[in-house]
Amino acid sequence: MNIETVILLIPLLPLIGCLIAGLFRHRVGRAGAHWVTIGAVAGSFLLSAYVAWEVFFNGLPVLDYSVYTWAVADGIRFEIGFLIDSLTALMMVVVTFVSLMVHVYTIGYMAEDDSYQRFFAYLNLFTFAMLMLVMANNFLQLFFGWEAVGLVSYLLIGFWFRKDSATKANLKAFLVNRIGDFGFLLGIAAVLMYFGSLHYAEVFGQVGEVEGTTIAIFGATEWSLMTFICICLFIGAMGKSAQVPLHVWLPDSMEGPTPISALIHAATMVTAGIFMVARLSPIFESSEVALSFILVIGAVTALFMGLVGIVQHDIKRVVAYSTLSQLGYMTVALGASAYAAAIFHLMTHAFFKALLFLAAGSVIIALHHKQDMREMGGLSKYLPITAATAWIGSLALIGFPFFSGFYSKDLIIEAVKLADRPGVAFATFAVYAGVVVTALYSFRMLYLAFHGPTRMDEETRSIAHESPLVVTVPLILLAIPSVLIGYFTVEPLLFGGALSDAITVRAANDVVLALADKFDGPFAFALHGFVTPVFWLAMLGVAIATYVYLLNPSLAERIRARAMPLWTVLDRKYWFDELYQKVLTGAGLKVADGLSRGGDRTVIDGWLVNGSARLVGRMSGALRQLQSGFLYHYAFVMVVALVALVASFVLLK
Amino acid sequence: MLTLAHFLTLGAVLFAISVAGIFINRKNVLILLMCIELMLLAVNINFVAFSRFLDVMDGQVFVFFILTVAAAEAAIGLAILIVLFRNRRSINVEDIADLKG
Amino acid sequence: MPIIEIVFYLFSLVLIASALCVVTVGNAVHAVLFLVLAFFSAACLWMLLHAEFLAIVLVLVYVGAVMVLFLFVVMMLDVNVSPGSEGFTRYLPAGVLVALAMAIQLFLVIWTRGMEAVPMPEAPDKDYSNTRELGKLLYTDYLYAFEIAAVLLLVAIIAAIALTHRRRPDAKHQDPGRQVKVRREDRVRLVKMKSEGEGG
Repeated sequence: MNIETVILLIPLLPLIGCLIAGLFRHRVGRAGAHWVTIGAVAGSFLLSAYVAWEVFFNGLPVLDYSVYTWAVADGIRFEIGFLIDSLTALMMVVVTFVSLMVHVYTIGYMAEDDSYQRFFAYLNLFTFAMLMLVMANNFLQLFFGWEAVGLVSYLLIGFWFRKDSATKANLKAFLVNRIGDFGFLLGIAAVLMYFGSLHYAEVFGQVGEVEGTTIAIFGATEWSLMTFICICLFIGAMGKSAQVPLHVWLPDSMEGPTPISALIHAATMVTAGIFMVARLSPIFESSEVALSFILVIGAVTALFMGLVGIVQHDIKRVVAYSTLSQLGYMTVALGASAYAAAIFHLMTHAFFKALLFLAAGSVIIALHHKQDMREMGGLSKYLPITAATAWIGSLALIGFPFFSGFYSKDLIIEAVKLADRPGVAFATFAVYAGVVVTALYSFRMLYLAFHGPTRMDEETRSIAHESPLVVTVPLILLAIPSVLIGYFTVEPLLFGGALSDAITVRAANDVVLALADKFDGPFAFALHGFVTPVFWLAMLGVAIATYVYLLNPSLAERIRARAMPLWTVLDRKYWFDELYQKVLTGAGLKVADGLSRGGDRTVIDGWLVNGSARLVGRMSGALRQLQSGFLYHYAFVMVVALVALVASFVLLK
Repeated sequence: MLTLAHFLTLGAVLFAISVAGIFINRKNVLILLMCIELMLLAVNINFVAFSRFLDVMDGQVFVFFILTVAAAEAAIGLAILIVLFRNRRSINVEDIADLKG
Repeated sequence: MPIIEIVFYLFSLVLIASALCVVTVGNAVHAVLFLVLAFFSAACLWMLLHAEFLAIVLVLVYVGAVMVLFLFVVMMLDVNVSPGSEGFTRYLPAGVLVALAMAIQLFLVIWTRGMEAVPMPEAPDKDYSNTRELGKLLYTDYLYAFEIAAVLLLVAIIAAIALTHRRRPDAKHQDPGRQVKVRREDRVRLVKMKSEGEGG
């Protein structure tokens, strides 16, 4: 089997699995559905691992080829093609591994659900779409994958579509993503217009020539073309990667089943925006303004979304806000031109955040779909494996030295400090403050859920038990990379140049290269980590959480009462939802209502549809008078016509 | 001296009479059928006349076929008339207007 | 005036008069009888034109069969139509107008196209047989049309019967299929019984 067949099989296997499980769900049954889909993803994972091995260890050259030409219009080729380099290989492994874990976990989580096969079909479809996204070698396929993952996300958030809140949440996710996608599409259109190609390599090759171009968008103000393109593309990333102010859909997406939250809304799909910016780094590097914009947006998301996480009661929502905050960190890294650090954090985050979500899901299974942390407490006695893995995930999340999250997050913070562009000062403050906040909400969640006195009622306590193997094995398998992957990959990925074939950084911006001087091996770096301010800030957060939520629980209530206005701001999530509801949705609804009343019911229904029917009816009413039914009337018409015919014959001849 | 025009005129007069008969008659479907037979006769007279005056035998063959078809038509027309009468107890032309729009 | 023209005008007059009577008389039986007269006159005119076979066929088929059928139906249906029915005078002008228009047009066609200049050909030979000539044509050039005409008549027979035939629910009839299908068990029942004479 040559390498191109292998690469083609990687996305095709999940697609085939999806078709089998989705279209023949009654034929294959429940067990058949999960065997087929898990087999497809497992095959896909093994092949991805093989490709990654070839790329990282056997020096497989960068593959960039097209598989199928969809259309050629005016010299522009619309193709499906694959670009296999280090970045793609890394993403493929991460996506398929997390997907495989989630597939296995789903057997346990969805065991009692009626739409079991549908769920597995969606999971496989998602894996296919995500792989198409990361393997694309052109903007068209990137956009296809982008929209396809959005579609599957929509389907899965509303998986329990009989629940009103779920259908509302998926609509919200879809609409908010549309806004982002609109920007993304504009960006792609601008690329097509000025570069005349959708192929990555051709576009990147022309960046130097196009860089100085300016365009007039409104009036006579001249904009740098590259800034315009970058900001448009980044708006797409803001939608998909849930950056402020397009973040509002992600917390609501927790209405979907937990495996989905882990796979799509934590590990893979939401990082598509991060991936896209890193993949398009040659374009983004050309606009300082856009990078500053990205930096500030990321910093705002990292700090302020983390703060909201502190006041949440729903265990999944805490993890969701944590995801928002971590996506903010990645975005900050992108803004600081530390693309490799962003991708590195993306990878480590995929493992430990999926782990945290699956652990939260395990708790939810154990308590029979109770998600409120105020009704938990002391669960570590009942769920030892879940508690242990949740601890590992949380330590990785807060960046405890030697854990994978430590390497990625610490490097981001260091990179931001070294960056030199407007907004760095604020971003530096935000990432430092974010460390405290992260530690605070992570340990608050751990303490409220797993430690302290139990607040469960008797009935729940009697049913609480450790989850089955299909749940705990993925937890353990995810816990291993959550601990180790940072230690082993930090050096090659960031400083060994493993990603250098995929990521372009201008020398003046290369903060990662500047970091390399300070870096002297992962072990020494981690040891040094114990004495950095970042570590002590994290410990401060842990200490506050320990004191307030474990040792002196009544304090939490008192603090809340004292700081009521601040608490309200956080509890209402800065009123983003209310703002959108009132201003945007309200106006939109009014316009839609007017169109429905005036345009649809009056013009289309009233005049065009019913009107034409009425007109025909009226004309028929007039015409039916001619049909008397009497034989001699018909005969009369015939004879008169005959007379006329003969008359014309006589007169004309 | 008899010419072709004499016979054709006879046919035309007969045809006009039967057309008038269709209009005048408002009572009896049977008479309508008879008027149709008269029309066919007028046409047949023309055919025979042409055949004789132009010395072409085919005109008479046509008359032969017209007679055949007219006989079949009369048979079926009368059968329908009987069914009609059986169902409605009337063959009044004025009563038959079910196709009225 | 030669005899042939006298004959033509005589029968023409009878034909037109009887046609007028057909459309004007109220009584259907009278109408049929006038129609018979019209057909008879037409047959005589055809004789004049040396179409002897068709003239005989007209009398035999039309007068002998079709008109009898008409009469039969008229009498069977028992329709009592009062003569001089209302509406006759009301619709007369319209009918006459249309008929006149048509007649005038036809006259225009006939008398302005040189048809009055076509003279009657010479009478055929003594041994000329109209029937043989017609038969030759019918059984050679028009063979297929002739066959089809025969089929058409068959269809007309079947259609007329199918339309008018009424199945009576109380009529007794035999079903040959069931008669053939009958088995011994349906008719004969073997009964085992002791012989009466036993012991006696």
